[in-house]
Amino acid sequence: MKLAWKELQRQPARFASAAAILFLLGALLLLLSGLVEGLQANTDSLLRSQRADLVVFSKTAQKSIPQSLIPADVATKIAGVTGVRSTGDLGLIQLGGRLPEAGPRELINVVVVGYDQPFAGLPDTIDPGTTWVDSTLRARGVRVGTVVRVGAAQTPLRVQGFLDDVGFQTQPTLFVPTDVLDEIVAANKPDAVLPPGATQAVVVDTSSSPKTVALAIDRATGSTVTVTRDAAADAVPDTGGGVLQQIIGLTVLIAAAVVALFFALLTGERVGLYGVLKAIGARNRAIFAAVMTQAVVLSLIAGIAAAIVAVAFEAALPADSIPFVLTPARLATSLALLLLASVIGASFSLRRVLRIDPASAIGTST
Amino acid sequence: MTTQPALYLDDVTKTYRVGDDDITALANIDLTVDTGELVALIGPSGSGKTTLCSIAGGILTPTSGRVVVGGTDLTGYSNGQLTEFRQSNIGFVFQAVNLIPFLTARENLLVVDELGRRTGSAARKRADTLLEELGLTDRRDNLPAQLSGGQRQRVAIGRSLMNEPSLVLFDEPTSALDSKLGEQVMELIQSEMKSRGTAAIIVTHDDRITHYADRTVRISDGRLVS
Repeated sequence: MKLAWKELQRQPARFASAAAILFLLGALLLLLSGLVEGLQANTDSLLRSQRADLVVFSKTAQKSIPQSLIPADVATKIAGVTGVRSTGDLGLIQLGGRLPEAGPRELINVVVVGYDQPFAGLPDTIDPGTTWVDSTLRARGVRVGTVVRVGAAQTPLRVQGFLDDVGFQTQPTLFVPTDVLDEIVAANKPDAVLPPGATQAVVVDTSSSPKTVALAIDRATGSTVTVTRDAAADAVPDTGGGVLQQIIGLTVLIAAAVVALFFALLTGERVGLYGVLKAIGARNRAIFAAVMTQAVVLSLIAGIAAAIVAVAFEAALPADSIPFVLTPARLATSLALLLLASVIGASFSLRRVLRIDPASAIGTST
Repeated sequence: MTTQPALYLDDVTKTYRVGDDDITALANIDLTVDTGELVALIGPSGSGKTTLCSIAGGILTPTSGRVVVGGTDLTGYSNGQLTEFRQSNIGFVFQAVNLIPFLTARENLLVVDELGRRTGSAARKRADTLLEELGLTDRRDNLPAQLSGGQRQRVAIGRSLMNEPSLVLFDEPTSALDSKLGEQVMELIQSEMKSRGTAAIIVTHDDRITHYADRTVRISDGRLVS
Protein backbone atom coordinates (compact mmCIF):
# COMPACT_ATOMS: atom_id res chain seq x y z
CA MET A 1 0.00 0.00 0.00
CA LYS A 2 2.90 2.30 0.86
CA LEU A 3 4.33 1.61 -2.59
CA ALA A 4 1.15 2.89 -4.21
CA TRP A 5 1.17 6.08 -2.15
CA LYS A 6 4.86 6.73 -2.68
CA GLU A 7 4.50 6.38 -6.44
CA LEU A 8 1.53 8.76 -6.48
CA GLN A 9 3.48 11.28 -4.42
CA ARG A 10 6.76 11.05 -6.27
CA GLN A 11 5.65 10.45 -9.82
CA PRO A 12 2.42 12.47 -10.04
CA ALA A 13 3.05 13.34 -13.69
CA ARG A 14 2.61 9.67 -14.57
CA PHE A 15 -0.98 9.84 -13.34
CA ALA A 16 -1.79 13.36 -14.51
CA SER A 17 -3.41 12.38 -17.81
CA ALA A 18 -5.67 9.78 -16.23
CA ALA A 19 -6.59 12.18 -13.42
CA ALA A 20 -7.38 14.93 -15.94
CA ILE A 21 -9.64 12.65 -17.99
CA LEU A 22 -11.35 11.36 -14.85
CA PHE A 23 -11.84 14.96 -13.71
CA LEU A 24 -13.52 15.86 -17.01
CA LEU A 25 -15.71 12.77 -16.88
CA GLY A 26 -16.55 13.49 -13.23
CA ALA A 27 -17.49 17.06 -14.09
CA LEU A 28 -19.65 15.83 -16.97
CA LEU A 29 -21.28 13.29 -14.66
CA LEU A 30 -22.07 15.95 -12.07
CA LEU A 31 -23.35 18.47 -14.61
CA LEU A 32 -25.63 15.86 -16.16
CA SER A 33 -26.78 14.77 -12.70
CA GLY A 34 -27.57 18.37 -11.80
CA LEU A 35 -29.56 18.75 -15.01
CA VAL A 36 -31.47 15.53 -14.35
CA GLU A 37 -32.28 16.67 -10.83
CA GLY A 38 -33.27 20.10 -12.11
CA LEU A 39 -35.43 18.68 -14.88
CA GLN A 40 -37.02 16.24 -12.48
CA ALA A 41 -37.78 19.05 -10.07
CA ASN A 42 -39.44 20.99 -12.88
CA THR A 43 -41.30 17.92 -14.08
CA ASP A 44 -42.85 16.26 -11.08
CA SER A 45 -42.26 18.53 -8.11
CA LEU A 46 -45.89 19.70 -8.20
CA LEU A 47 -46.83 16.21 -7.04
CA ARG A 48 -43.71 15.47 -5.00
CA SER A 49 -44.20 18.60 -2.91
CA GLN A 50 -47.75 17.67 -1.89
CA ARG A 51 -48.29 17.28 1.84
CA ALA A 52 -50.92 14.58 1.30
CA ASP A 53 -49.92 10.89 1.51
CA LEU A 54 -51.97 9.65 -1.46
CA VAL A 55 -53.23 10.84 -4.82
CA VAL A 56 -56.37 9.34 -6.34
CA PHE A 57 -56.84 9.18 -10.12
CA SER A 58 -59.68 7.77 -12.18
CA LYS A 59 -58.95 4.20 -13.25
CA THR A 60 -58.43 4.90 -16.95
CA ALA A 61 -56.31 8.03 -16.50
CA GLN A 62 -52.95 6.21 -16.26
CA LYS A 63 -52.10 8.34 -13.23
CA SER A 64 -52.26 11.52 -15.29
CA ILE A 65 -54.02 14.54 -13.79
CA PRO A 66 -55.04 16.04 -17.17
CA GLN A 67 -56.70 12.76 -18.17
CA SER A 68 -58.29 12.02 -14.80
CA LEU A 69 -61.87 12.72 -13.76
CA ILE A 70 -63.27 11.93 -10.34
CA PRO A 71 -67.05 12.49 -10.20
CA ALA A 72 -68.58 14.13 -7.13
CA ASP A 73 -70.11 10.88 -5.78
CA VAL A 74 -66.74 9.09 -6.02
CA ALA A 75 -65.03 11.99 -4.24
CA THR A 76 -67.63 11.65 -1.45
CA LYS A 77 -66.94 7.89 -1.20
CA ILE A 78 -63.20 8.56 -0.95
CA ALA A 79 -63.74 10.95 1.94
CA GLY A 80 -65.74 8.31 3.77
CA VAL A 81 -63.17 5.49 3.59
CA THR A 82 -61.77 4.35 6.94
CA GLY A 83 -58.28 5.76 7.46
CA VAL A 84 -58.90 8.89 5.37
CA ARG A 85 -58.25 11.91 7.57
CA SER A 86 -58.90 14.62 4.99
CA THR A 87 -59.21 15.06 1.25
CA GLY A 88 -58.72 17.88 -1.20
CA ASP A 89 -59.31 18.49 -4.89
CA LEU A 90 -56.39 18.92 -7.23
CA GLY A 91 -56.77 19.97 -10.85
CA LEU A 92 -54.88 21.77 -13.56
CA ILE A 93 -55.09 23.12 -17.06
CA GLN A 94 -52.35 23.95 -19.51
CA LEU A 95 -52.82 27.34 -21.16
CA GLY A 96 -50.90 30.05 -22.93
CA GLY A 97 -49.80 32.86 -20.64
CA ARG A 98 -49.14 36.45 -21.64
CA LEU A 99 -46.79 38.64 -19.65
CA PRO A 100 -47.04 42.45 -19.51
CA GLU A 101 -45.37 44.21 -22.45
CA ALA A 102 -45.31 40.95 -24.38
CA GLY A 103 -46.29 41.07 -28.04
CA PRO A 104 -49.62 39.65 -29.20
CA ARG A 105 -48.03 36.34 -30.24
CA GLU A 106 -45.56 36.11 -27.35
CA LEU A 107 -47.16 33.44 -25.25
CA ILE A 108 -45.53 31.12 -22.72
CA ASN A 109 -46.92 27.75 -21.74
CA VAL A 110 -48.16 27.78 -18.16
CA VAL A 111 -50.03 25.36 -15.97
CA VAL A 112 -52.80 26.80 -13.83
CA VAL A 113 -53.25 24.58 -10.78
CA GLY A 114 -56.35 24.54 -8.58
CA TYR A 115 -55.89 23.28 -5.01
CA ASP A 116 -57.83 22.82 -1.78
CA GLN A 117 -55.08 21.59 0.51
CA PRO A 118 -52.15 24.03 0.70
CA PHE A 119 -48.64 22.65 0.16
CA ALA A 120 -45.09 23.85 -0.61
CA GLY A 121 -45.67 27.13 1.21
CA LEU A 122 -49.03 28.04 -0.37
CA PRO A 123 -51.30 30.17 1.80
CA ASP A 124 -54.60 28.73 3.04
CA THR A 125 -56.51 31.25 0.98
CA ILE A 126 -55.74 33.24 -2.12
CA ASP A 127 -57.68 36.39 -2.90
CA PRO A 128 -59.83 36.27 -6.05
CA GLY A 129 -57.97 37.43 -9.13
CA THR A 130 -54.58 36.75 -7.57
CA THR A 131 -52.15 33.85 -7.80
CA TRP A 132 -48.97 32.41 -6.33
CA VAL A 133 -46.54 31.33 -9.01
CA ASP A 134 -43.56 29.12 -9.71
CA SER A 135 -40.32 30.98 -8.95
CA THR A 136 -38.95 30.07 -12.39
CA LEU A 137 -41.13 32.89 -13.71
CA ARG A 138 -38.78 35.38 -12.06
CA ALA A 139 -36.37 34.75 -14.92
CA ARG A 140 -39.07 36.11 -17.26
CA GLY A 141 -39.32 39.33 -15.30
CA VAL A 142 -42.37 38.39 -13.26
CA ARG A 143 -42.47 40.13 -9.88
CA VAL A 144 -45.01 40.46 -7.08
CA GLY A 145 -47.78 42.61 -8.53
CA THR A 146 -47.20 41.53 -12.14
CA VAL A 147 -50.42 40.62 -13.94
CA VAL A 148 -50.21 37.42 -15.96
CA ARG A 149 -53.06 36.91 -18.46
CA VAL A 150 -53.94 33.31 -19.22
CA GLY A 151 -55.80 31.61 -22.04
CA ALA A 152 -57.69 32.95 -25.00
CA ALA A 153 -59.89 34.98 -22.65
CA GLN A 154 -56.79 36.58 -21.17
CA THR A 155 -58.01 36.01 -17.63
CA PRO A 156 -55.90 38.30 -15.43
CA LEU A 157 -54.07 36.90 -12.42
CA ARG A 158 -52.03 39.24 -10.20
CA VAL A 159 -48.93 37.62 -8.67
CA GLN A 160 -48.94 37.65 -4.85
CA GLY A 161 -45.95 35.42 -4.13
CA PHE A 162 -43.48 32.83 -5.39
CA LEU A 163 -43.00 29.13 -4.67
CA ASP A 164 -39.91 26.97 -5.24
CA ASP A 165 -39.91 23.48 -6.77
CA VAL A 166 -43.50 23.23 -7.89
CA GLY A 167 -43.02 22.75 -11.66
CA PHE A 168 -45.07 20.41 -13.81
CA GLN A 169 -43.69 18.92 -17.03
CA THR A 170 -41.08 21.70 -17.15
CA GLN A 171 -43.76 24.36 -17.38
CA PRO A 172 -44.17 27.16 -14.83
CA THR A 173 -47.20 26.83 -12.57
CA LEU A 174 -49.73 29.36 -11.30
CA PHE A 175 -51.79 28.46 -8.22
CA VAL A 176 -55.41 29.39 -7.60
CA PRO A 177 -58.25 27.93 -5.50
CA THR A 178 -60.18 25.13 -7.22
CA ASP A 179 -63.30 27.26 -7.74
CA VAL A 180 -61.18 29.89 -9.50
CA LEU A 181 -59.65 27.16 -11.67
CA ASP A 182 -63.17 26.10 -12.67
CA GLU A 183 -63.91 29.68 -13.75
CA ILE A 184 -60.69 29.90 -15.73
CA VAL A 185 -61.45 26.61 -17.50
CA ALA A 186 -64.99 27.76 -18.29
CA ALA A 187 -63.70 31.03 -19.74
CA ASN A 188 -60.86 29.59 -21.76
CA LYS A 189 -61.63 25.95 -22.53
CA PRO A 190 -65.37 25.43 -22.22
CA ASP A 191 -65.09 21.90 -23.59
CA ALA A 192 -62.90 20.94 -20.63
CA VAL A 193 -65.34 22.04 -17.94
CA LEU A 194 -65.91 19.29 -15.40
CA PRO A 195 -69.34 18.12 -14.27
CA PRO A 196 -70.59 19.87 -11.11
CA GLY A 197 -68.68 18.75 -8.00
CA ALA A 198 -66.17 16.69 -10.01
CA THR A 199 -62.41 17.08 -9.84
CA GLN A 200 -59.44 15.70 -11.73
CA ALA A 201 -57.60 14.18 -8.81
CA VAL A 202 -58.09 13.89 -5.08
CA VAL A 203 -55.27 14.22 -2.56
CA VAL A 204 -55.70 12.25 0.64
CA ASP A 205 -54.22 12.58 4.12
CA THR A 206 -54.35 9.30 5.99
CA SER A 207 -54.55 8.37 9.63
CA SER A 208 -53.22 4.85 9.13
CA SER A 209 -50.96 2.96 6.69
CA PRO A 210 -51.18 4.79 3.34
CA LYS A 211 -50.88 1.53 1.40
CA THR A 212 -53.78 -0.02 3.27
CA VAL A 213 -55.88 3.12 2.84
CA ALA A 214 -55.06 3.22 -0.89
CA LEU A 215 -56.35 -0.34 -1.31
CA ALA A 216 -59.45 0.50 0.71
CA ILE A 217 -60.21 3.56 -1.45
CA ASP A 218 -59.90 1.65 -4.72
CA ARG A 219 -62.03 -1.17 -3.30
CA ALA A 220 -64.68 1.29 -2.14
CA THR A 221 -64.92 3.24 -5.38
CA GLY A 222 -64.20 0.51 -7.92
CA SER A 223 -63.23 3.24 -10.40
CA THR A 224 -60.04 4.73 -9.06
CA VAL A 225 -56.31 4.10 -8.86
CA THR A 226 -54.79 5.38 -5.64
CA VAL A 227 -51.04 5.75 -5.31
CA THR A 228 -48.57 7.35 -2.97
CA ARG A 229 -47.42 10.89 -3.60
CA ASP A 230 -44.02 9.70 -4.89
CA ALA A 231 -45.58 7.07 -7.15
CA ALA A 232 -47.82 9.76 -8.62
CA ALA A 233 -44.76 11.96 -9.19
CA ASP A 234 -42.89 9.08 -10.81
CA ALA A 235 -45.78 8.62 -13.23
CA VAL A 236 -45.42 12.12 -14.67
CA PRO A 237 -44.11 11.69 -18.24
CA ASP A 238 -40.37 12.11 -18.61
CA THR A 239 -39.20 15.38 -20.18
CA GLY A 240 -35.64 14.52 -21.16
CA GLY A 241 -34.29 13.23 -17.87
CA GLY A 242 -34.34 9.67 -19.19
CA VAL A 243 -32.03 10.56 -22.06
CA LEU A 244 -29.68 12.32 -19.64
CA GLN A 245 -29.75 9.27 -17.37
CA GLN A 246 -28.63 7.19 -20.35
CA ILE A 247 -25.82 9.65 -21.04
CA ILE A 248 -24.82 9.38 -17.35
CA GLY A 249 -24.69 5.60 -17.72
CA LEU A 250 -22.56 5.96 -20.82
CA THR A 251 -20.25 8.40 -19.01
CA VAL A 252 -19.76 5.88 -16.19
CA LEU A 253 -18.90 3.21 -18.76
CA ILE A 254 -16.41 5.54 -20.45
CA ALA A 255 -14.84 6.33 -17.05
CA ALA A 256 -14.46 2.61 -16.36
CA ALA A 257 -12.95 2.12 -19.83
CA VAL A 258 -10.50 5.01 -19.32
CA VAL A 259 -9.33 3.63 -15.98
CA ALA A 260 -9.11 0.11 -17.41
CA LEU A 261 -7.05 1.32 -20.37
CA PHE A 262 -4.81 3.49 -18.20
CA PHE A 263 -4.02 0.76 -15.72
CA ALA A 264 -3.65 -1.81 -18.50
CA LEU A 265 -0.96 0.42 -20.05
CA LEU A 266 0.61 1.09 -16.67
CA THR A 267 0.65 -2.61 -15.80
CA GLY A 268 2.20 -3.30 -19.21
CA GLU A 269 4.98 -0.85 -18.40
CA ARG A 270 5.48 -2.38 -14.99
CA VAL A 271 5.76 -6.05 -15.90
CA GLY A 272 9.44 -5.99 -14.98
CA LEU A 273 8.85 -4.16 -11.72
CA TYR A 274 6.02 -6.47 -10.69
CA GLY A 275 8.17 -9.44 -11.63
CA VAL A 276 10.87 -8.21 -9.26
CA LEU A 277 8.35 -7.58 -6.50
CA LYS A 278 6.90 -11.05 -6.93
CA ALA A 279 10.37 -12.59 -6.95
CA ILE A 280 11.26 -10.95 -3.64
CA GLY A 281 8.02 -12.08 -2.06
CA ALA A 282 5.13 -9.79 -3.05
CA ARG A 283 1.83 -11.59 -3.25
CA ASN A 284 -0.57 -11.00 -6.14
CA ARG A 285 -3.09 -9.46 -3.77
CA ALA A 286 -0.53 -6.92 -2.52
CA ILE A 287 0.25 -5.81 -6.07
CA PHE A 288 -3.41 -5.73 -7.02
CA ALA A 289 -4.23 -3.77 -3.86
CA ALA A 290 -1.62 -1.21 -4.90
CA VAL A 291 -3.24 -0.87 -8.36
CA MET A 292 -6.66 -0.54 -6.74
CA THR A 293 -5.43 2.03 -4.23
CA GLN A 294 -4.06 4.18 -7.00
CA ALA A 295 -7.33 3.93 -8.98
CA VAL A 296 -9.39 4.89 -5.93
CA VAL A 297 -7.11 7.80 -4.98
CA LEU A 298 -7.10 9.09 -8.57
CA SER A 299 -10.87 8.94 -8.87
CA LEU A 300 -11.34 10.58 -5.45
CA ILE A 301 -9.01 13.46 -6.33
CA ALA A 302 -10.63 13.86 -9.76
CA GLY A 303 -14.12 13.50 -8.27
CA ILE A 304 -13.56 16.08 -5.54
CA ALA A 305 -12.11 18.54 -8.06
CA ALA A 306 -15.10 17.92 -10.35
CA ALA A 307 -17.49 18.42 -7.41
CA ILE A 308 -15.88 21.78 -6.60
CA VAL A 309 -16.29 22.84 -10.23
CA ALA A 310 -19.91 21.65 -10.33
CA VAL A 311 -20.82 23.44 -7.09
CA ALA A 312 -19.13 26.61 -8.37
CA PHE A 313 -21.05 26.24 -11.64
CA GLU A 314 -24.33 25.98 -9.74
CA ALA A 315 -23.47 29.04 -7.65
CA ALA A 316 -22.49 31.04 -10.74
CA LEU A 317 -25.68 30.19 -12.66
CA PRO A 318 -28.12 33.09 -12.88
CA ALA A 319 -31.26 32.29 -10.86
CA ASP A 320 -33.77 30.20 -12.78
CA SER A 321 -31.71 30.26 -16.00
CA ILE A 322 -31.49 26.50 -16.56
CA PRO A 323 -32.91 23.71 -14.44
CA PHE A 324 -29.81 22.68 -12.48
CA VAL A 325 -30.03 21.30 -8.97
CA LEU A 326 -27.09 19.61 -7.25
CA THR A 327 -28.32 17.95 -4.09
CA PRO A 328 -25.88 16.33 -1.61
CA ALA A 329 -27.44 12.97 -2.48
CA ARG A 330 -26.80 13.51 -6.23
CA LEU A 331 -23.27 14.67 -5.49
CA ALA A 332 -22.59 11.60 -3.37
CA THR A 333 -24.17 9.26 -5.92
CA SER A 334 -22.16 10.73 -8.79
CA LEU A 335 -18.89 10.47 -6.86
CA ALA A 336 -19.76 6.91 -5.86
CA LEU A 337 -20.42 6.06 -9.53
CA LEU A 338 -17.06 7.52 -10.55
CA LEU A 339 -15.38 5.52 -7.79
CA LEU A 340 -17.21 2.35 -8.84
CA ALA A 341 -16.20 2.92 -12.46
CA SER A 342 -12.56 3.27 -11.39
CA VAL A 343 -12.66 0.13 -9.26
CA ILE A 344 -14.26 -1.86 -12.09
CA GLY A 345 -11.80 -0.41 -14.61
CA ALA A 346 -8.78 -1.15 -12.44
CA SER A 347 -9.99 -4.67 -11.75
CA PHE A 348 -9.39 -5.53 -15.40
CA SER A 349 -5.67 -5.36 -14.59
CA LEU A 350 -6.04 -8.24 -12.15
CA ARG A 351 -5.70 -10.91 -14.82
CA ARG A 352 -2.56 -9.32 -16.16
CA VAL A 353 -1.05 -8.95 -12.69
CA LEU A 354 -1.80 -12.61 -11.98
CA ARG A 355 -0.09 -13.67 -15.19
CA ILE A 356 3.18 -11.86 -14.51
CA ASP A 357 5.81 -14.50 -13.92
CA PRO A 358 8.31 -13.71 -11.16
CA ALA A 359 10.85 -15.60 -13.25
CA SER A 360 10.72 -12.69 -15.71
CA ALA A 361 12.74 -10.71 -13.14
CA ILE A 362 15.74 -12.94 -13.68
CA GLY A 363 15.53 -13.30 -17.39
CA THR A 364 13.68 -15.85 -19.44
CA SER A 365 12.75 -19.17 -17.97
CA THR A 366 14.75 -21.26 -20.35
CA MET B 1 26.06 -31.57 14.95
CA THR B 2 25.61 -31.53 11.18
CA THR B 3 25.05 -28.33 9.23
CA GLN B 4 22.36 -28.35 6.55
CA PRO B 5 23.62 -27.26 3.12
CA ALA B 6 22.30 -23.89 1.96
CA LEU B 7 21.06 -25.55 -1.22
CA TYR B 8 20.59 -29.14 -2.24
CA LEU B 9 19.31 -30.03 -5.71
CA ASP B 10 18.64 -33.72 -6.16
CA ASP B 11 18.13 -35.04 -9.69
CA VAL B 12 16.30 -31.88 -10.77
CA THR B 13 14.80 -31.84 -14.24
CA LYS B 14 12.77 -29.09 -15.85
CA THR B 15 10.95 -29.53 -19.13
CA TYR B 16 8.68 -27.18 -21.02
CA ARG B 17 5.94 -28.10 -23.42
CA VAL B 18 6.28 -26.11 -26.64
CA GLY B 19 3.62 -27.13 -29.13
CA ASP B 20 3.86 -30.90 -29.42
CA ASP B 21 7.47 -31.02 -28.23
CA ASP B 22 8.97 -31.28 -24.76
CA ILE B 23 11.99 -29.00 -24.35
CA THR B 24 14.37 -30.00 -21.57
CA ALA B 25 15.80 -26.91 -19.90
CA LEU B 26 17.51 -28.83 -17.07
CA ALA B 27 18.34 -32.52 -16.98
CA ASN B 28 19.10 -34.50 -13.83
CA ILE B 29 20.90 -31.75 -11.96
CA ASP B 30 22.59 -32.61 -8.68
CA LEU B 31 24.11 -29.69 -6.85
CA THR B 32 24.97 -28.92 -3.26
CA VAL B 33 25.97 -25.47 -2.04
CA ASP B 34 27.26 -25.35 1.50
CA THR B 35 26.58 -22.62 4.02
CA GLY B 36 28.77 -19.62 3.29
CA GLU B 37 29.94 -21.05 -0.03
CA LEU B 38 30.14 -18.88 -3.15
CA VAL B 39 29.42 -20.78 -6.34
CA ALA B 40 29.87 -19.29 -9.79
CA LEU B 41 27.46 -20.79 -12.30
CA ILE B 42 28.82 -20.32 -15.78
CA GLY B 43 27.31 -21.14 -19.09
CA PRO B 44 26.41 -19.70 -22.46
CA SER B 45 23.04 -18.13 -23.22
CA GLY B 46 20.28 -20.71 -23.27
CA SER B 47 22.30 -23.25 -21.30
CA GLY B 48 19.75 -23.34 -18.46
CA LYS B 49 21.57 -21.30 -15.83
CA THR B 50 18.67 -18.88 -15.36
CA THR B 51 16.24 -21.79 -15.02
CA LEU B 52 18.52 -23.41 -12.46
CA CYS B 53 18.75 -20.13 -10.58
CA SER B 54 14.94 -19.72 -10.67
CA ILE B 55 14.39 -23.23 -9.34
CA ALA B 56 17.02 -22.78 -6.61
CA GLY B 57 15.25 -19.54 -5.60
CA GLY B 58 11.79 -21.07 -5.41
CA ILE B 59 10.52 -19.05 -8.35
CA LEU B 60 10.05 -22.05 -10.60
CA THR B 61 9.19 -25.58 -9.58
CA PRO B 62 11.04 -28.49 -11.17
CA THR B 63 9.27 -31.07 -13.32
CA SER B 64 10.95 -33.72 -11.21
CA GLY B 65 13.58 -33.92 -8.49
CA ARG B 66 13.95 -32.34 -5.08
CA VAL B 67 14.92 -28.80 -4.03
CA VAL B 68 16.03 -28.25 -0.43
CA VAL B 69 16.97 -24.73 0.71
CA GLY B 70 18.48 -24.28 4.16
CA GLY B 71 17.05 -27.62 5.21
CA THR B 72 13.54 -26.90 3.92
CA ASP B 73 12.31 -29.26 1.23
CA LEU B 74 10.30 -27.21 -1.25
CA THR B 75 8.75 -30.24 -2.94
CA GLY B 76 4.99 -29.84 -3.13
CA TYR B 77 5.00 -26.18 -2.10
CA SER B 78 2.18 -24.11 -3.61
CA ASN B 79 2.87 -20.80 -5.32
CA GLY B 80 1.73 -18.97 -2.17
CA GLN B 81 4.01 -21.05 0.04
CA LEU B 82 6.92 -20.46 -2.32
CA THR B 83 6.24 -16.70 -2.26
CA GLU B 84 6.29 -16.74 1.53
CA PHE B 85 9.45 -18.84 1.53
CA ARG B 86 11.21 -16.42 -0.80
CA GLN B 87 10.17 -13.49 1.41
CA SER B 88 12.02 -14.96 4.38
CA ASN B 89 14.82 -17.13 3.06
CA ILE B 90 16.13 -16.08 -0.35
CA GLY B 91 17.89 -12.97 -1.54
CA PHE B 92 17.95 -11.87 -5.17
CA VAL B 93 20.16 -9.48 -7.09
CA PHE B 94 18.91 -9.11 -10.62
CA GLN B 95 20.80 -8.52 -13.83
CA ALA B 96 19.28 -5.10 -14.50
CA VAL B 97 19.49 -4.21 -10.79
CA ASN B 98 15.75 -3.50 -10.85
CA LEU B 99 15.45 -1.13 -7.96
CA ILE B 100 12.03 0.45 -7.53
CA PRO B 101 12.51 3.80 -9.24
CA PHE B 102 10.25 5.89 -7.02
CA LEU B 103 11.72 4.66 -3.71
CA THR B 104 14.87 5.98 -2.07
CA ALA B 105 17.82 3.68 -1.43
CA ARG B 106 16.67 3.10 2.15
CA GLU B 107 13.06 2.49 1.10
CA ASN B 108 14.23 -0.03 -1.51
CA LEU B 109 15.68 -2.04 1.35
CA LEU B 110 12.63 -1.58 3.55
CA VAL B 111 10.27 -2.80 0.83
CA VAL B 112 11.37 -6.35 1.66
CA ASP B 113 10.03 -5.87 5.18
CA GLU B 114 6.83 -4.31 3.87
CA LEU B 115 6.14 -7.34 1.67
CA GLY B 116 6.66 -9.84 4.47
CA ARG B 117 5.92 -9.97 8.16
CA ARG B 118 6.59 -6.41 9.18
CA THR B 119 9.15 -5.86 11.87
CA GLY B 120 9.06 -2.06 11.78
CA SER B 121 11.86 -0.49 13.77
CA ALA B 122 14.01 -3.65 13.61
CA ALA B 123 13.83 -3.50 9.80
CA ARG B 124 14.68 0.20 9.77
CA LYS B 125 17.67 -0.45 12.00
CA ARG B 126 18.82 -3.31 9.77
CA ALA B 127 18.42 -1.19 6.65
CA ASP B 128 20.52 1.59 8.19
CA THR B 129 23.19 -0.90 9.25
CA LEU B 130 23.35 -2.45 5.78
CA LEU B 131 23.53 0.95 4.10
CA GLU B 132 26.38 1.90 6.40
CA GLU B 133 28.26 -1.34 5.68
CA LEU B 134 27.75 -0.79 1.96
CA GLY B 135 29.02 2.79 2.20
CA LEU B 136 25.68 4.29 1.26
CA THR B 137 24.67 6.15 4.42
CA ASP B 138 24.98 9.52 2.74
CA ARG B 139 22.97 8.24 -0.24
CA ARG B 140 20.14 6.65 1.73
CA ASP B 141 17.60 9.29 0.71
CA ASN B 142 18.54 9.32 -2.95
CA LEU B 143 16.32 7.84 -5.62
CA PRO B 144 17.91 5.20 -7.91
CA ALA B 145 18.12 7.73 -10.73
CA GLN B 146 20.37 9.86 -8.51
CA LEU B 147 22.81 6.98 -7.89
CA SER B 148 25.69 5.69 -10.00
CA GLY B 149 25.61 2.18 -11.48
CA GLY B 150 27.87 0.85 -8.71
CA GLN B 151 25.80 2.49 -5.99
CA ARG B 152 22.61 1.02 -7.45
CA GLN B 153 24.21 -2.42 -7.45
CA ARG B 154 25.20 -1.94 -3.80
CA VAL B 155 21.62 -0.99 -2.92
CA ALA B 156 20.43 -4.15 -4.69
CA ILE B 157 22.92 -6.20 -2.63
CA GLY B 158 21.62 -4.52 0.52
CA ARG B 159 18.05 -5.37 -0.47
CA SER B 160 18.98 -9.00 -1.02
CA LEU B 161 20.37 -9.19 2.52
CA MET B 162 17.46 -7.51 4.29
CA ASN B 163 15.67 -10.76 5.11
CA GLU B 164 18.87 -12.40 6.40
CA PRO B 165 18.66 -15.10 3.74
CA SER B 166 20.39 -18.46 3.79
CA LEU B 167 20.96 -18.20 0.05
CA VAL B 168 21.45 -15.22 -2.28
CA LEU B 169 21.14 -15.57 -6.04
CA PHE B 170 23.04 -13.10 -8.21
CA ASP B 171 21.97 -12.92 -11.84
CA GLU B 172 24.80 -11.48 -13.95
CA PRO B 173 25.66 -8.90 -11.25
CA THR B 174 28.45 -7.27 -13.25
CA SER B 175 27.00 -7.36 -16.76
CA ALA B 176 25.91 -3.72 -16.65
CA LEU B 177 29.16 -2.46 -15.12
CA ASP B 178 32.60 -1.71 -16.57
CA SER B 179 35.36 -4.12 -15.63
CA LYS B 180 36.81 -1.99 -12.81
CA LEU B 181 33.42 -1.40 -11.22
CA GLY B 182 32.56 -5.05 -11.81
CA GLU B 183 35.59 -6.12 -9.82
CA GLN B 184 34.69 -3.74 -6.99
CA VAL B 185 31.17 -5.14 -6.86
CA MET B 186 32.47 -8.73 -6.86
CA GLU B 187 34.84 -7.89 -4.00
CA LEU B 188 31.91 -6.42 -2.13
CA ILE B 189 29.74 -9.48 -2.79
CA GLN B 190 32.53 -11.74 -1.65
CA SER B 191 33.17 -9.84 1.57
CA GLU B 192 29.49 -9.41 2.41
CA MET B 193 28.67 -13.08 1.86
CA LYS B 194 31.74 -14.33 3.69
CA SER B 195 31.27 -12.00 6.65
CA ARG B 196 27.71 -13.27 7.09
CA GLY B 197 28.33 -16.89 6.23
CA THR B 198 25.66 -16.61 3.57
CA ALA B 199 25.77 -18.92 0.57
CA ALA B 200 25.48 -17.46 -2.90
CA ILE B 201 25.16 -18.58 -6.49
CA ILE B 202 26.50 -16.10 -8.98
CA VAL B 203 25.11 -16.65 -12.46
CA THR B 204 27.48 -15.30 -15.07
CA HIS B 205 28.96 -15.92 -18.48
CA ASP B 206 32.10 -13.99 -17.56
CA ASP B 207 35.03 -16.29 -16.71
CA ARG B 208 36.97 -13.37 -15.18
CA ILE B 209 34.87 -13.27 -12.03
CA THR B 210 35.22 -16.96 -11.20
CA HIS B 211 38.23 -16.33 -8.98
CA TYR B 212 35.97 -14.56 -6.49
CA ALA B 213 33.98 -17.79 -6.07
CA ASP B 214 34.90 -20.81 -3.95
CA ARG B 215 33.80 -23.10 -6.73
CA THR B 216 32.81 -22.82 -10.35
CA VAL B 217 30.05 -24.92 -11.86
CA ARG B 218 29.58 -25.02 -15.60
CA ILE B 219 26.32 -25.74 -17.31
CA SER B 220 25.70 -26.57 -20.93
CA ASP B 221 22.51 -27.71 -22.63
CA GLY B 222 20.81 -28.09 -19.27
CA ARG B 223 23.45 -30.35 -17.75
CA LEU B 224 26.24 -29.62 -15.27
CA VAL B 225 29.52 -30.36 -16.95
CA SER B 226 32.02 -29.93 -14.13
